[in-house]
Amino acid sequence: MRTVDLAQTSLRELNAALHSLRADTNETHWRVLNPRGQHAIAAGIDAPITVEIEGHAGYYCAGMNKEATIVLHGNAGQGIAENMMSGRVHVKGSASQAAGATGCGGLLVVDGNASARCGISMKGIDIVVKGSVGHLSAFMGQAGNLVVLGDAGEALGDSIYEARLFVRGSVSSLGADCVEKTLEERHKAELGKLLEAAGLNGAIDPGSFRRYGSARRLYHFHIDNVGSY
Amino acid sequence: MCGIVGLYLKDRALEPELGALLAGMLGTLCDRGPDSAGFAVYGGAAPGAVKLTVRGPRGSDYAAIARRLETGEPRIPYIVRDTHLVLTVPTAQEAVVRRGIAMMPELTVVGSGRRMEIFKEVGRPDHVAARFGLDTMSGTHGIGHTRMATESAVTTDGAHPFTTGPDQCLVHNGSLSNHNALRRELSRQGLSFQTENDTEVAAGYMSWRMREGATLEQALNSSLAALDGFYTFVVGTETGFGVLRDPIACKPAVMAENDRWVAFGTEYRALVDLPGIDAATVWEPVPAKAYLWELH
Repeated sequence: MRTVDLAQTSLRELNAALHSLRADTNETHWRVLNPRGQHAIAAGIDAPITVEIEGHAGYYCAGMNKEATIVLHGNAGQGIAENMMSGRVHVKGSASQAAGATGCGGLLVVDGNASARCGISMKGIDIVVKGSVGHLSAFMGQAGNLVVLGDAGEALGDSIYEARLFVRGSVSSLGADCVEKTLEERHKAELGKLLEAAGLNGAIDPGSFRRYGSARRLYHFHIDNVGSY
Repeated sequence: MCGIVGLYLKDRALEPELGALLAGMLGTLCDRGPDSAGFAVYGGAAPGAVKLTVRGPRGSDYAAIARRLETGEPRIPYIVRDTHLVLTVPTAQEAVVRRGIAMMPELTVVGSGRRMEIFKEVGRPDHVAARFGLDTMSGTHGIGHTRMATESAVTTDGAHPFTTGPDQCLVHNGSLSNHNALRRELSRQGLSFQTENDTEVAAGYMSWRMREGATLEQALNSSLAALDGFYTFVVGTETGFGVLRDPIACKPAVMAENDRWVAFGTEYRALVDLPGIDAATVWEPVPAKAYLWELH
């Protein structure tokens, strides 16, 4: 295991070292000490390695992640795992705004809460939040799954395309064109897999969630709206 | 951008270090607001007296100015910090001294109160803090601001904090869109404004609400409807501070607390040197909710 202390080494040196790793690297386990809220820690990795960050991170931690498993033993600032392509990011604390924004793939797990705009414009990422999410979560979500064990704030799924939303607690309000849909057996099976992937195997009943998604009235042209153009 | 910090000590043993801790927090947020900086520190009160923080041009002869403001015995104690003069005026003489200050147009009262002292200037926040000797100040709590100007010019008058009343001041991260209309409305209510700055209007609005009988919490809550735009506000009060974020939480905010202090930072980075931060509770204040910490 390689340990990098950000009190001794610059963030640029750390990220440059992580970016230089090839897919067949033997340096597969990294530990980062003293993150002290710095921005863009472990962003842009493209290798199947594990990075453990010991403390709170600033903005865009683990952004654009490909292949790597990144564990943050603390809270995340804005935009954790923004535009993640694949791999896994696990926040042991809570995440600030725009967690998993624009993510195309991979899994983001937040043990605490995620604040506003969690999963904004998500494009295929799976996000499991064990606490609650703030307002405008999954805004303009295009693909992927947002699973929330707690509550969701105002305007959940506003202007949503085809992302799927599962919330176990209350929803303050649904955004434009977001509606509740029936939770069918196939959804429960998919939800079960996501919960298992998030380390909640058997602990949570997939049947205890409600499903939300697009009514498909906003982004499809409808002849009745012709006068609006 | 802009950066805000706030620190409120529960552990009295930390009071001599308040200024040094606040200076460190402010310095970290230089990159969020390099144009100007300011801070309010709540130190000790003198019985029967009010502190007036007065700002004048660089090079002012404050010893002579302080003597001119005296109306006889007792003498008025004062401290000079760079371009600012802090007068400790017996309450009975406050009106007379204020009239004296008003006679000298080069002077501005930036704040007053039993305990509050306000300092603000144009320049890099760490340089501004050093010029005023923030690291040597002690007190129970303080708030600070680093400004990246968007709505009005980079001037000392446009620097934060803005006072909202005795022992009370406001710092702001964001920009308001309806400040011109609101400034006209408040002017009709008898308030006067020194600048074209949006935050001065927010401060004026809260002063007006409290003049009409609202509590600080009520004034913060009514701001949600009256102010259009982006804002995270921190309001310093004689005994603590308040926090309010706009309903869509446009501007970032982080809070931390342990058994020795409560702290606010625009970013977590500003808090990392506080004693015991690694084990402190760290969270994000929710939007459209007024928070108040009042202990001292």
